Amino acid sequence: MADHLLEVRNLSVDFHTATGTVHAVRNISYHLDRGETLAILGESGSGKSVSSSAIMNLIDMPPGKIASGEILLDGKDLFKMSSEARREVNGRRIAMIFQDPLSHLNPVYTVGWQMREALKTHGKGNTEAQAEALRLFKRVALPEPEKALDKYPHEFSGGQRQRVMIAMALALKPDLLIADEPTTALDVTVQAEVLNLLKELQRETGMGVLIITHDLGVVSEVADRVVVMEKGQLVESGTVREVYHNPQHAYTKKLIAAAPGKGDMHEPEATGDAILSVKDARKFYGGFEALKGVSFDLKAGETVAVVGESGSGKSTLARILLRLEEADGGTAKWKGKDLFTMSPSELFKLRRDLQMVFQDPTQSLNPRMTVYQLISEAWVIHPEILPKAKWRERVAELLGQVGLSPEHMGRYPHQFSGGQRQRIAIARALALEPQLIVCDEAVSALDVSVQAQVITLLDKLRKEMGIAFIFIAHDLPLVRDFADYVMVMQKGEVVEFGTVAQVFDNPQKPYTQALLAASLDPDPDVQAANRNARLASVS
Amino acid sequence: MLSFIRKRAFASLISLIGLLVMVFFLSRMTGDPASLFLPVEASAEMKAEFRALHGLDQPLLVQFGQYVGNVLTGDLGESLRKARPALDVVLEAFTWTLWLAVITMTLVTVCAIIVGSLAAFRTGGFFDRFSSMVSLIGASVPDFWLAIVAIVVFAIQLSWLPTSGTGSLSHWILPICVLFVRPFGIIVQVVRGSMISALSSAYVKTARAKGVKSGPIIFVHALRNAMLPVITVIGDQAASLLNGAVVIETIFGFPGVGKLMIDSILQRDFNVVLAAILVTAFAIFLMNLVIDLAYALLDPRIRY
Repeated sequence: MADHLLEVRNLSVDFHTATGTVHAVRNISYHLDRGETLAILGESGSGKSVSSSAIMNLIDMPPGKIASGEILLDGKDLFKMSSEARREVNGRRIAMIFQDPLSHLNPVYTVGWQMREALKTHGKGNTEAQAEALRLFKRVALPEPEKALDKYPHEFSGGQRQRVMIAMALALKPDLLIADEPTTALDVTVQAEVLNLLKELQRETGMGVLIITHDLGVVSEVADRVVVMEKGQLVESGTVREVYHNPQHAYTKKLIAAAPGKGDMHEPEATGDAILSVKDARKFYGGFEALKGVSFDLKAGETVAVVGESGSGKSTLARILLRLEEADGGTAKWKGKDLFTMSPSELFKLRRDLQMVFQDPTQSLNPRMTVYQLISEAWVIHPEILPKAKWRERVAELLGQVGLSPEHMGRYPHQFSGGQRQRIAIARALALEPQLIVCDEAVSALDVSVQAQVITLLDKLRKEMGIAFIFIAHDLPLVRDFADYVMVMQKGEVVEFGTVAQVFDNPQKPYTQALLAASLDPDPDVQAANRNARLASVS
Repeated sequence: MLSFIRKRAFASLISLIGLLVMVFFLSRMTGDPASLFLPVEASAEMKAEFRALHGLDQPLLVQFGQYVGNVLTGDLGESLRKARPALDVVLEAFTWTLWLAVITMTLVTVCAIIVGSLAAFRTGGFFDRFSSMVSLIGASVPDFWLAIVAIVVFAIQLSWLPTSGTGSLSHWILPICVLFVRPFGIIVQVVRGSMISALSSAYVKTARAKGVKSGPIIFVHALRNAMLPVITVIGDQAASLLNGAVVIETIFGFPGVGKLMIDSILQRDFNVVLAAILVTAFAIFLMNLVIDLAYALLDPRIRY
């Protein structure tokens, strides 16, 4: 039997930390052939990236340790190679691209320099390297490839940077490409382009691709086979279709069930007058117009989702509505009063009604305050809400409401998981009994199964307390499950506004259609149909 | 870029004027030069004549006005003690100090970067622990004590080197070595800390995934990124040397600007004190400008 291109056998990796040994991956085995794409699917902490780091020799030892197993590349064990031979494998035989291309490119050297370095490290001459770098930049369709070589990483957009990374990884025509969450930081339309480029290049070179992701949609779009990991163990493997349609392991079932975008769509039910009425809101940054006149209404207990790609102005809108920044035009009537022109004392009262939940709870919660302090701080600032004697009781109640227990009161944020931290952030927002909560990508940083829990929680709060939400997101399936109305933004303008059903089932504007077409479906059959439809419409 | 330099120059000018005002009036509060310069038995008339000669009989504000007027025309006055233009006296001493600072800081920078980088590459290893110990001692040892011990050991007991003064190359060795120790200790620590974070960064991971060798990873990829905090501290340490390493220059009888300043203060040679402060302040302004420009040179994301 011929050797597989890559075979991981019984690999176990441990990390020795001050608090004990962590078994990051335990006894996992998988293989990959030329021309094939294998996805490793798992949530944070599942150990999905550890095996690829072991393949690339990127695990720091200590604290890491290969406890057992072997990794065979064309039948040769990588662990038995000399360190010099091992180094030569990297880049030449196996290459890797990463999640966040901005931090993975060296900020102080031009991308051309970094491309040439990859080529020169493996023995190419200077002029040859320069010519090859240019050819690759053209191949990955970077605009103005000659000029691009002399630019620095920060001068590119996110999608272009990932193209640079791909060009660099493919410089030496590797047999195996490892892609660790290659599109997680990118907008949906850019994600579709990058995944498409990867597939094209794979067809040209016949390389094997190992893609690490948490996103079922990415799996269904690019992979042939998938292995599912949970807590360091490989719980399921098979072709993408088998695993999606007939999952065997409870964890896989849970992951598939948690994937958003399959539930019933909301029909707006709220009645009465709008509590917030935004008219022609504008914002400039210097000469750049970030918001070009945005208008919408919001009733109590209603959710408006604001979707759009980076640079569309959706976060700017949130910041001016909360007066974290000043608007440069238009009005926003909150129960009849314009909050863009409110005096500081009126604004202070308004802060009770309007709350915000941020994307990253690790950064938005003060790490040196306990949960009790974080939540009760609201009442220190607004003492009229609650007498001090009742604080503990109320904090316990709020924690209960967001699915945490009162014992958690004395702990610090770092003692919680990401999902729990976001619940604390929500409890903190609820402490002021707000009528409107602005969620700026509030669940984007969370794992799929945790995302579903937080969304369920928000939905419950909306029903029980009549809280209105402005839900800023780039993830369309999530919006579909949660919102009443969708506002699609592009370059500071509203391109489409309608109920969820109108926008998702019958999008009117080409931009909305493109966004929806680029959004990946976790079902491989649906995704294949979407892809064919997209290709047909292109040709 | 040019507008940045103009802005910085203007800001520095304001602090320079503040400094000038403060030093001018503070130094005149130390007492009357006439009572120091003239013999004890000098008559009141002789003292009055001396004051009149040097303009010291005028009201303070008038003296200050005259001084500022002269400074604007490039005249920093005469040294009372040496009967030469104060600026000449200061520039002569400053040249000595400048050489001392440049040689010392060049050695410090090169050594600290190499030692700190290698320590960071294998954190917790033998070399790291050894260099941490050495740099900690270096950063905390009192320099006057070290200077005296060095003189006792190398000049007196071993007779390898001269105790003090100038004249030959060997006169430079002890002052440089003693001045080297503290900045070296401090900068090694900064380089190490900065390199540890640079070496654990994502772009270093990319470089390893490309198969780049350890040498270029440390000294090409990580070092340039790690240099920003380092040059800030280098600038800070260099500034304290440019100000004149007063204690060290005094112990080694080195005719630098630090020693000159102390002597002039003790002798109430006001013009020399003021000229020395103006010259060193200007040198430090130039150095800070160079450091700001070095930021932009090292990191393309910084543009002025």
